[in-house]
Amino acid sequence: MSTAVQSHDPHPATEPSYLVSKRGLMSWLVTVDHKRLGLMYLASVMFFFLIAGILAIALRTELFTPDQDFMSAQTYNQVFTLHGAIMVFLFIIPSVPAALGNFLLPLMLGAKDVAFPRLNLLSFYVYSVAAVFLIVAILTSGLDTGWTFYTPYSTSTGTAVITATTGVFIAGFSSILTGLNFVVTVHKMRAPGMNWNRMPLFVWAIYSTAVIQVLATPVLAITLLLLIIERSLGIGIFDPAMGGDPVLFQHFFWFYSHPAVYIMILPGFGIISEIITVHSRKHIFGYKAIALSSVAIAVISFVVWGHHLFVSGQSELAGVLFSFLTFAVGVPTAIKVFSWVATLYKGSIQYNTACWYGMAFLWTFTVGGLTGLPLSTLAIDVHLHDTYFVVAHFHYVMVGGTVVAFIGGLHHWWPKMTGKMFNETAGKIGCLLVFIGFNVTFMTQFFLGHQGMPRRYYAYLPEYQTMHQVSTIGSWILAAGLLWTLIYLVHSLFKGEKAPSNPWGGVSLEWETQSPPIEHNFHDTPHVHGSPYDFPEIDKSGGSAHH
Amino acid sequence: MSNEHAHAPAHDDDEHNPHLAHHFDTMGQQTAAAKLGMWLFLATEILMFSGLFLAYFILRMFYPEMVLEAHEYLSKWAGGINTVVLLTSSYTMALGVRSIQLGDVKKLRLMLVLTILCGCIFMVVKYFEYSAKFEHGMLPGKFYSAHLHGYEIDGLPHIFFGVYFMMTGLHGIHVAIGLAIMLWMFVRAGRGEFNAKNYVAIENTGLYWHLVDLIWIFLFPLLYLVK
Amino acid sequence: MLFSLLIAPAAAEAALPPSNPGTPPMSDSPWSLLPAASANAEALDSLYIFFWILCGIAFVGMIGVQAYFMWKYKKPAEGHAKTSPLTHNGKLEFIWSAIPTFFFVILFAWGEIEYMKQVTPPPDAMDVRVTGQKWSWTIEYPEVKGCSLTNDLYVPVGQPMRLTMTSLDVIHSFYLPAFRLKKDVVPGRYTVLWFEATKPGLYPLMCTEYCGDEHSSMVGRVHVVAQEEYDAVLAKACELKQGDTESTEDFGARVVTRGGCASCHTTDGTVKTGPSFKGLFGKTETLSDGSTVTVDENYIRESILEPNAKIVSGFSPQMPSFAGRFDDKQIAALIAYIKAQK
Repeated sequence: MSTAVQSHDPHPATEPSYLVSKRGLMSWLVTVDHKRLGLMYLASVMFFFLIAGILAIALRTELFTPDQDFMSAQTYNQVFTLHGAIMVFLFIIPSVPAALGNFLLPLMLGAKDVAFPRLNLLSFYVYSVAAVFLIVAILTSGLDTGWTFYTPYSTSTGTAVITATTGVFIAGFSSILTGLNFVVTVHKMRAPGMNWNRMPLFVWAIYSTAVIQVLATPVLAITLLLLIIERSLGIGIFDPAMGGDPVLFQHFFWFYSHPAVYIMILPGFGIISEIITVHSRKHIFGYKAIALSSVAIAVISFVVWGHHLFVSGQSELAGVLFSFLTFAVGVPTAIKVFSWVATLYKGSIQYNTACWYGMAFLWTFTVGGLTGLPLSTLAIDVHLHDTYFVVAHFHYVMVGGTVVAFIGGLHHWWPKMTGKMFNETAGKIGCLLVFIGFNVTFMTQFFLGHQGMPRRYYAYLPEYQTMHQVSTIGSWILAAGLLWTLIYLVHSLFKGEKAPSNPWGGVSLEWETQSPPIEHNFHDTPHVHGSPYDFPEIDKSGGSAHH
Repeated sequence: MSNEHAHAPAHDDDEHNPHLAHHFDTMGQQTAAAKLGMWLFLATEILMFSGLFLAYFILRMFYPEMVLEAHEYLSKWAGGINTVVLLTSSYTMALGVRSIQLGDVKKLRLMLVLTILCGCIFMVVKYFEYSAKFEHGMLPGKFYSAHLHGYEIDGLPHIFFGVYFMMTGLHGIHVAIGLAIMLWMFVRAGRGEFNAKNYVAIENTGLYWHLVDLIWIFLFPLLYLVK
Repeated sequence: MLFSLLIAPAAAEAALPPSNPGTPPMSDSPWSLLPAASANAEALDSLYIFFWILCGIAFVGMIGVQAYFMWKYKKPAEGHAKTSPLTHNGKLEFIWSAIPTFFFVILFAWGEIEYMKQVTPPPDAMDVRVTGQKWSWTIEYPEVKGCSLTNDLYVPVGQPMRLTMTSLDVIHSFYLPAFRLKKDVVPGRYTVLWFEATKPGLYPLMCTEYCGDEHSSMVGRVHVVAQEEYDAVLAKACELKQGDTESTEDFGARVVTRGGCASCHTTDGTVKTGPSFKGLFGKTETLSDGSTVTVDENYIRESILEPNAKIVSGFSPQMPSFAGRFDDKQIAALIAYIKAQK
């Protein structure tokens, strides 16, 4: 981006970075600096990713044989519930927005901070309280409802449902406050010259996500509140024995949780747009299409929840409408994928680790997207609903999409965040392990699901064993890749080379400040005059397709 | 927006304003951000309550006769008085915002006191309503025992009272929070934090209070005046 | 453990035609499709194959183009190549929005047509009642008086069947992979599922909505038999009387199968939701209130008829009552069976 400020640092080493500008534990605990809060979120979500990941490996290992091995039925049920609940509410939802988003949004907008820094700190502590509630639930009597808390099972089981749902309820408020903060930040904190057409696509994605967070999460809050009241007072809204409707809960729950799927994946889209452009030195193909398709996906995401209820006995008309609307999400999603591939055309692609993750994403997310189609086709969904096909599909979207993008983004912005370079070779080995492990784990599960293997079984019919074993071995490879990644990234903190302010040659604003940035981000308020994808390598002399 | 160096000597009034946070360039930007944030927050509140309204409508669709019969046991008088009280409080709140726009801190504090007073009347009436329901066993869900007190309501009235207590209870919590905020604003106004140029906190408090009022305007006819 | 569920005890299988040896019906090969044993399954497989061809082309095409670009436009060893100033192309973007939309409409319409067939039972369908409970399926045939089977559904080939389903506790889901059908089974309401089996055989029936501890054990069998044998097979299956040459323990084993006891009680000592039958008889157990009880005939009888009266500590009150479902002779045989599990 061409700005009034020169790319090279005009105040060499006069100001300490945000990491050392203030010292002591208290300076971190009460910080209102979005960058420090981003790092604190990063550490927290990584911790929960590790915990929930260990649970996942335990699940896969139990499934190595058809019989019960080292976990009892109750233990298995608790483990898969906690794996899901922790991954969704404490890892994926806050991962990109709260960790990377917090760090990058003001930098990319050329602002000194988010609009409400103290609210931002509050969000972090609200999130921490939520985590404490979930941990207390685990340590008392656990949770065995599945992360979806379906009634009447959740109102009748003996586990710590109230504690856990209170935790999720509180986590929801953290999500709402973060979303609210980001929406206002994007509207009011843009640097001079940064109009809506000049915002990096990561900002567009975070903005769309924040809008969904603000609009959908309150419904989750009230749903969980109703569940808590139902369980403690027995008011009978969801309990058929008392005149209620158990399926009503599913409508309430998915009205939030389907948009929540897009809370999880949209920020990943944003990361991929940044990675692909910067590492191919090309202007993004179809900026407006990508930006508006994020908004379109956000809007449509509110009217597709019924596809989770295709076999629940909802009316046929509802089924048909939801099926149609679900297909409608496919169009903007396809546009995005095509635009990313087209961006590579006549680029100069630099095979960095972040770029590898971007390329891996195109593969895994395309599989995830395409396998969503049979699930939106009513008649086929009847067969595939609640089988391993669904498990594989949403892991391709959530892990193959969001987590791969998140790790890619982490590599892309690692030098900016920490001021250290990691080892590229180590990074590529990690990416390869993750990619192979992930595909081996979940590709097999599509076949399992099609053959009729239901979800949430701790013991299964023996004819499924071969594929379950392949999947389990894949999960070990995936775990090895993630651990390897953790090790070299942590290693780089201590032994990594000092990072330059712009190691990949990006032109959006975050690359114009030093690595790591100073406390108030920029020495001078940047002025924006052009697109965030206007790379110097672009050949402007013979621009034939430049309309 | 200022394009001066952030730490350079200030050149306009805003930079002297002690209420301007470090990360904003102007008071205008800060006020606009606070207002937008408040409107978004109100949207989340409405969405949260809309979940309860949905539950109410489904209950009414399932059991129309029961809702009709059970609502007769709610006091229209108490509900009506509370409606008037809340509407009055919204009016005094609006007057309070107007006063500070004109820079009249004294009148603002008076209006805040009047609004808080109305809120307290609302809570007292609510207290009497609730204790009557408790006495008659008209309690939510499994605690429902009105039939033991001689009230026979056909159908499944425990769900009606469950929804009634949830909706009015959640609303009551909002009133209580509103009272606390206004008390705080009263204290801050006393410390001279507000003036004709800096009153966005008062304005946001007003918006919140109007929302609480608005939700009651829906709750009252839906619960007390079903026909 | 579950394997034994699909290979039902020999006595029950004797009712099947000899062409069905009672082996698990699904292929061992991870790549082959499931057997398609209903009209719906055959129709769906065509749609499914169409879908995979379509997606295969889309996927290979997209990844192919991506791989080509990655190879072709790799950064040179030194510095960077000049890159294209291309930012968008309206025509191309319209085309790649329109083509997926076109195929989405086809998939949607095809899926919708098949779905309407799936949810509209023909008027001549035969009625069966299905009740889900933790963790077994009770199958009742209105036209055979007093016939209540557990986890065994008998259907004739070529006869439309209409299942009216409900649950006694939480939500379950009735899933017949070989027929490509499932429907949630919801407490407090009835849901309907219909199918017409086309191939005789033994097929699995599974619960696909998580319903608690032994969700994985809520597995049953669908026996598809020829029209002419159906009445005899069903009558035989419904009958639960001790055979002339059958020992009481063997009869007891059949009672255990009929009751679906195995989803919670094992015979190998593994503790599931209920205590294992192995070595159970004669044991002294501590109850949840601290008192002790010796497992004798009376205690077992009481536990079958009033399961939640005396809960052994460490277990939760989950078992449904079998009062009215088992008569005295059947209970006696069941006790004999438990006694024999040493």
